[in-house]
Amino acid sequence: MHPLGRAYASTVGKKYAMAVSGVILFLFVVLHMLGNLQIFLGRDALNGYARLLRVEPALLWAARLVLLAAVTVHVVAAVQLTLRNWAARPVGYERQRYLATGYAARTMVWSGPIIAAFVVYHLLHLSIGTMHPDFVHGDVYRNVVVGFSVPYVAAFYMLAQVLLGLHLYHGLFSLFQSLGASHPSYDRWRQPFALAAAVVIVLGSCSVPAAVLAGTVR
Amino acid sequence: MKLELHIWRQKGPREKGRFVTYPVGGIEEGMSFLEVLDVLNQNLIGRGEDPVAFEHDCREGICGSCGMVINGIAHGPRRGTTACQLHMRHFSDGDVIFVEPWRARAFPVVKDLVVDRSAFDRIVQAGGFISARTGSAPEANSILIGKETADLAMDAAECIGCGACVAACPNGSAVLFVGAKITHLGLLPQGQPERLARARAMVEAMEGEAFGSCSSHRECEAVCPKRISISTIARLNRDYIKASVARPRHASGKVQEPVGT
Amino acid sequence: MRLDPRIPEGPLESKWTRYRDNVKLVSPANKCRHTVIVVGTGLAGASAAATLAELGYRVVAFCFQDSARRAHSIAAQGGINASKNYQNDGDSTWRLFYDTIKGGDFRSREANVYRLAELSVNIIDQAVAQGVPFAREYGGMLANRSFGGALVSRTFYARGQTGQQLLLGAYSALARQIGLGAVEMHPHTEMLDLVVVGGRARGIVTRDLLTGRVEGHAAEAVILATGGYSNVFFLSTNAKGCNATAIWRAYKRGAGFANPCFTQIHPTCIPQAGEHQSKLTLMSESLRNDARVWVPGTKGDTRDPAEIPPAERDYFLERIYPSYGNLAPRDVASRAAKRMCDDGRGVGPGGRGVYLDLADAIARLGQDEIRDRYGNLFEMYERITGEDPYRVPMRIYPAPHYVMGGLWVDYDLASTIPGLFVLGEANFSDHGANRLGASALMQGLADGYFVVPYTLGEYLAGMRLEAVDPNDAAFADAKRLLAERTARLLGVRGSRTVDSFHRELGAILWERCGMSRSERALGEAIGKIRELREGFWADVRVPGDGNDLNQELEKAGRVADYFGLAELMCLDALERRESCGAHFREEFQTPDGEALRNDESFSHVAVWEHAGDAPPVRHTEPLAFESVGLAQRSYK
Ligand SMILES: Cc1cc2nc3c(=O)[nH]c(=O)nc-3n(C[C@H](O)[C@H](O)[C@H](O)COP(=O)(O)OP(=O)(O)OC[C@H]3O[C@@H](n4cnc5c(N)ncnc54)[C@H](O)[C@@H]3O)c2cc1C
Ligand code: HEM
Ligand code: SF4
Ligand code: FES
Repeated sequence: MHPLGRAYASTVGKKYAMAVSGVILFLFVVLHMLGNLQIFLGRDALNGYARLLRVEPALLWAARLVLLAAVTVHVVAAVQLTLRNWAARPVGYERQRYLATGYAARTMVWSGPIIAAFVVYHLLHLSIGTMHPDFVHGDVYRNVVVGFSVPYVAAFYMLAQVLLGLHLYHGLFSLFQSLGASHPSYDRWRQPFALAAAVVIVLGSCSVPAAVLAGTVR
Repeated sequence: MKLELHIWRQKGPREKGRFVTYPVGGIEEGMSFLEVLDVLNQNLIGRGEDPVAFEHDCREGICGSCGMVINGIAHGPRRGTTACQLHMRHFSDGDVIFVEPWRARAFPVVKDLVVDRSAFDRIVQAGGFISARTGSAPEANSILIGKETADLAMDAAECIGCGACVAACPNGSAVLFVGAKITHLGLLPQGQPERLARARAMVEAMEGEAFGSCSSHRECEAVCPKRISISTIARLNRDYIKASVARPRHASGKVQEPVGT
Repeated sequence: MRLDPRIPEGPLESKWTRYRDNVKLVSPANKCRHTVIVVGTGLAGASAAATLAELGYRVVAFCFQDSARRAHSIAAQGGINASKNYQNDGDSTWRLFYDTIKGGDFRSREANVYRLAELSVNIIDQAVAQGVPFAREYGGMLANRSFGGALVSRTFYARGQTGQQLLLGAYSALARQIGLGAVEMHPHTEMLDLVVVGGRARGIVTRDLLTGRVEGHAAEAVILATGGYSNVFFLSTNAKGCNATAIWRAYKRGAGFANPCFTQIHPTCIPQAGEHQSKLTLMSESLRNDARVWVPGTKGDTRDPAEIPPAERDYFLERIYPSYGNLAPRDVASRAAKRMCDDGRGVGPGGRGVYLDLADAIARLGQDEIRDRYGNLFEMYERITGEDPYRVPMRIYPAPHYVMGGLWVDYDLASTIPGLFVLGEANFSDHGANRLGASALMQGLADGYFVVPYTLGEYLAGMRLEAVDPNDAAFADAKRLLAERTARLLGVRGSRTVDSFHRELGAILWERCGMSRSERALGEAIGKIRELREGFWADVRVPGDGNDLNQELEKAGRVADYFGLAELMCLDALERRESCGAHFREEFQTPDGEALRNDESFSHVAVWEHAGDAPPVRHTEPLAFESVGLAQRSYK
């Protein structure tokens, strides 16, 4: 068997794959957010940015394939690991008190799939437009403003961002462990880093629907 | 002091278990938790009932024999302390205490609070050593090891193999135990030649048992009586991935061929 | 019983080299045809099993814990001696040899002790190669600390867990051999009898502690490395499972038992806190380097220690032994503490304790320095007693800790039954009447790594042993006896628990065959032990049956054996009409209360032979001191 395949066969390898795919997804989320924040620079800026993305379809599809691969790896590994983890404790404790783990860590298996469901909806909503009340190809700015004017849509978006934030709050810490990145010089910064990154993502992403709802972006 | 103990009773590996409630009186605060079980057992024997089986030996927190989940925490509420070193002054009169065995598919219950931890031994047998045949050792001071490295190796080497990390991990993962050994030997110059092969052999043996994976919950570190750090897990991951990419010579998973053949 | 120590000819310094040069070798092709049973996986057993397997023997190993790594050696704290002379303070093989002989109060065999000192350096090399993380200096060299009974600094240590680290080293070597299929390991399995065929040890009978299955195992040789029997006292510093069963069964099958009364009482243990106490915890002897030991000057003074002014304290070790003071050796310090408590000046619950006070050192060196030196000990003390030793002086009291007695072995570590070898604390060799600190780990590992691999070859080479099968009559007989005994233990269905008998036995021994002994007390003890034994067989209650994990049944078997052993200890103490090392007979003391040896009549090993229902027979192996002169110890 190829060494990588053999490594993947182990839980350690799977976690490594999750961490790598998680990093890719995280970078995407960051870029995606930075892109979206251009909405505050005005209609032309955002629509121009959207056009720029489509200048080279080959590049766009390459990026999409990478993301798709990352999602696939991330999800398949998550399912495999979760099944194994559940099987590892067939009988639970009558009393169980946690000392270290937190809500975010314990809900990774739920925040993850909800994010996935949200992404599907999000694509249908703002990329493909089938779930959009009034979709105009090419006018991203308008699509966003109209889309988020529906309060429950904006709320669902923000909820998803909060879940993503939770996912990242634990995930961005955990990936250091999975990748073997640990050293006394920076270990104590790993969790603060994850927290800061998660907060920035949540605030950054939520600022768009919030601004639409508040009427600052029209 | 009087306590109400709810103890998991299970006659054998294949029998069904259940909690049984035992009020125990006459407890002094200087007693250890295991001594409370001793008192209970003396009473049970007197009444013609089967005493509670639990593993113990040194009662000094070093052999790693004892282990039970006390009110939801492996080894009980005091950090850095094994069940045998947990003293009753940390409880109060009238406390209700649940006592359960380690729960993990890789640690099947043998009887009452006794579980089978032989999976740990099998992991060590796969590679948790430095192959140093008796008589082949060089003069001890010919290997220089900085104090800091020796101290870090010792931190990891302190693991007593109790299994609390597995018991506390929501995934029933054994990476803290395995990581501790990989770290202890992997930090030392003597451990370098086999470092990657060892990581691979131990991890693969671990995968062969019914342990779960690491989700970085850090529960293991919190209950570990020797306060082994999760940085050992990072090292395990690092060395294992390196081993996979580097294709170590002994790809068979056996670290060394039998001597004398 | 023939007691030939088989000491090689020639000068002391070259005996072992000559032995190795001339030892018979087993051909590599034949080694795998020899099965060797190793009972015990402590330092002695694990090192022997691993090394023999490396050499190519088929090894079958046993321990009663659930893993080989949990043997009692794991609990040793302080360190291991080796005459490396890394400190350049004048250490040498000779000096380690001499200190050990003198520490043992001239009751050990010169040749064995010299070999031990010689091999001590190899142990450190071996352990380091295995990855034992000994303490280091900043330059990367190995660090040393001082220990009692020596003027040089030769103790190697790994924090307060030296035994753990050495055992994990030996365990890892053993695990490697198990992984390679060279050792068949049976954890959770207790040896309950030795099988002797044609006058030779040819196997054992075991009980699987999880299933109750009784099985015979045949071999060409049997090695016992089953540790010591301090637990006969019930309260001791040993792990709860430590027992004498293996060596006691071997004794009953004809192995000589040497110096059973030589038991070491360690001065610095945390005193018993209550009646339910199940074991005692040692506080490393190293504390005495900085502590002062005292009791109130007047009887029944129950004031808080801080309120007792210095003038009203009795620093009794400093008073009685002005030159050694608080560093008096273990046996001397223990007896002095007991005398203070007997005098009604003990402190703490039941008046069984003396203060070990570091206040002066804390004032002198500062709390940080003290934490650096003894932090983990202070933490352990605090955990057990709930008292903060930085503010309140620690209370300590002597406790049974180690046994110098054990099965008699010759220079080859072979017992009086051919084919039965005994290693580690289970044998009697090397420590005489008193063991110095940090030398038991050394002995166990020397025996296992470096001695028995040679001497076993000497026994097996060229020997034609007829094949035995675990289904043979001798095994069937032993199994039947065992089944009968188990049935008997289970069948009493009396009213008292095993522990209650064990506690009572321990109290009898502790009072009468503990720190000080007398003809009257020993005679009394023997009577009481016999009575208690009868009571045991008439009224013990062992619940359950023999077909699964039954911890009460395990204990019952061990306690049943302790009765015989306890009686033999008293008998041995009675017959040794002198005081030496840890054995203190009140009738034999100097005018100022110190041990008075009688070299003329007792410069020998007392070896007891089991004689069925008749009283055991006492034999002697004379000890010749050719290289060192006999001297009276004095610590004043
Ligand atoms: C608290 C404490 C601290 C100590 N500190 C030091 C120190 O600092 N330095 C030092 O040199 N010494 C020290 N000692 C002494 C030293 O630890 C022991 O003497 C030594 O470890 C004994 O090793 P061993 O291999 O002979 O036996 P053990 O380690 O006791 O091993 C006995 C083995 O035999 C097995 N066994 C026993 N009976 C049976 C049976 N019937 N069937 C199957 N298996 C059986 C057990 O399972 C175990 O594996 C200390 C002792 C104590 C109690
Ligand atoms: C934008 C999308 C996502 C990002 C940025 C992301 C990021 C991460 C990161 C960084 C980790 C930590 C990996 C590690 O511990 O090494 C992680 C873990 C996890 N992710 Fe995601 N993830 C995303 C989507 C998903 C999805 C769609 C799922 C759905 C199944 C999912 C399920 C999980 C699970 C279950 C874990 C925990 C695995 C474990 O520790 O055992 N994630 N994620
Ligand atoms: S890592 Fe800690 S909790 Fe796990 S086995 Fe070792 S000592 Fe026990
Ligand atoms: S009994 Fe040894 S660690 Fe608790």
